[in-house]
Amino acid sequence: MKPPAFRYLRATSVDECLAAMSEHGDDAKILAGGQSLVPLMNLRLARPSWVVDVNHVPGLDYIEVEGDVLRVGAMTRHRDLAASDVVARACPLLAQAAAMIGYPAIRNRGTIGGSLAHADPAAELPCVACATDAEIVVAGRDGERIIFADEFFTGYFETALAPAELLVEVRFPTTRAGESWQFREFTRKSGDFAVAAAGVGLALADGLVTRARIALGGVADRPVRATAAEERLAGGPLEGPDIAAAAALVADVADSGSQDADAVELASVLTRRALEAAAAELRGAS
Amino acid sequence: MSAVSDVHEVRLRVNGVERVAHAPARRLLSDFIRYDLGLTGTHVGCEHGVCGACTILLGGEPVRSCLMFAVQADGAEIETIEGLASGPDDLHPVQQAFWEHHGLQCGFCTPGMVLTAKALLEHNPDPTEADVRKAIAGNICRCTGYVFIVDAIRAAAGIGRERDGA
Repeated sequence: MKPPAFRYLRATSVDECLAAMSEHGDDAKILAGGQSLVPLMNLRLARPSWVVDVNHVPGLDYIEVEGDVLRVGAMTRHRDLAASDVVARACPLLAQAAAMIGYPAIRNRGTIGGSLAHADPAAELPCVACATDAEIVVAGRDGERIIFADEFFTGYFETALAPAELLVEVRFPTTRAGESWQFREFTRKSGDFAVAAAGVGLALADGLVTRARIALGGVADRPVRATAAEERLAGGPLEGPDIAAAAALVADVADSGSQDADAVELASVLTRRALEAAAAELRGAS
Repeated sequence: MSAVSDVHEVRLRVNGVERVAHAPARRLLSDFIRYDLGLTGTHVGCEHGVCGACTILLGGEPVRSCLMFAVQADGAEIETIEGLASGPDDLHPVQQAFWEHHGLQCGFCTPGMVLTAKALLEHNPDPTEADVRKAIAGNICRCTGYVFIVDAIRAAAGIGRERDGA
């Protein structure tokens, strides 16, 4: 189908965008990569009166490391995340997950800011943001504020963004020596939407797990951390039974938020595989 | 503020030629290419980014033209299927390989397949079968079963190298 009529504004600055958003409120939508908004408009599930295009706002497309933080501009495309050596070194989970998003044609347009703001609970980058404790920087008319990933996603396609705010940057803690990060997802065919996804991170010191991070996609109304499974692994030696027990706890955690038994089972299996891959990488490195 | 009227001038380079037309904001780039520019080689299938039939090259990279508004392409450089062959008696290596290997039946998915393949081969001149299948995963064909399309794309890699004298 074709989208309903709307008025289009090609914003050339964050301020111009914010002014339009505060003037038009819920009647306006931000157009970033358009890989979610435009299909929703074509299907007439979204009917904004105003579309504010941020593709020509300078200074929103960058990847840089500052100290122990990887800073990614909101308009950075998935293609660039997946191809970046900087991302691969500083936040390998982000690089792995970006390469799994959709198809080449989707990755060429889709952006990290768009994906997070769209907040599909099964999407890759929201899961990565939760797994890594990312900070999401949003600009409003009173300046910028930071929202932590675990407070950013508030429900199905819902976020803590106010109507007149623009997501401008995502900050990821850089990975350290002795850590392994692994992303796994299940799709019905290559590039399709994930039924379930797991992003895990393990830190190992002297043969014991010092920190475990497990985030799941597709099992609840938002990406969720499997904290019970994380706690089960922490302090342990990362043997097969520990991984199996943690993966079983994922099923318990996921179950409470999901009606989809297949997705829960898949999340548990994907978590186990991701943990096994992380364990293998860490043992290989030590 | 920038232009906010409902009808926008869209000026872009299409297959190396400067084109200009006017379109309402809601005009999808896919429809703009077909109706306003008269280039009907770009096919429109699902109109929500699933089928890949409307794939074009934007700045040399494949994108869904149904997932962009025409007004967004103002100032852009795009390539459609019409831009591949240098003349009526010529075929691009990918087109020639599709011809020789029966990489199409009804032809509806073909423009998107060919452009996706062209971009793949520019990044990866000698793809494996798995590389090809992954690259075209976003382009749906309901006729061929994909086997001859994959064959064609891998053959095109060889034709391209021959023409380059490599």
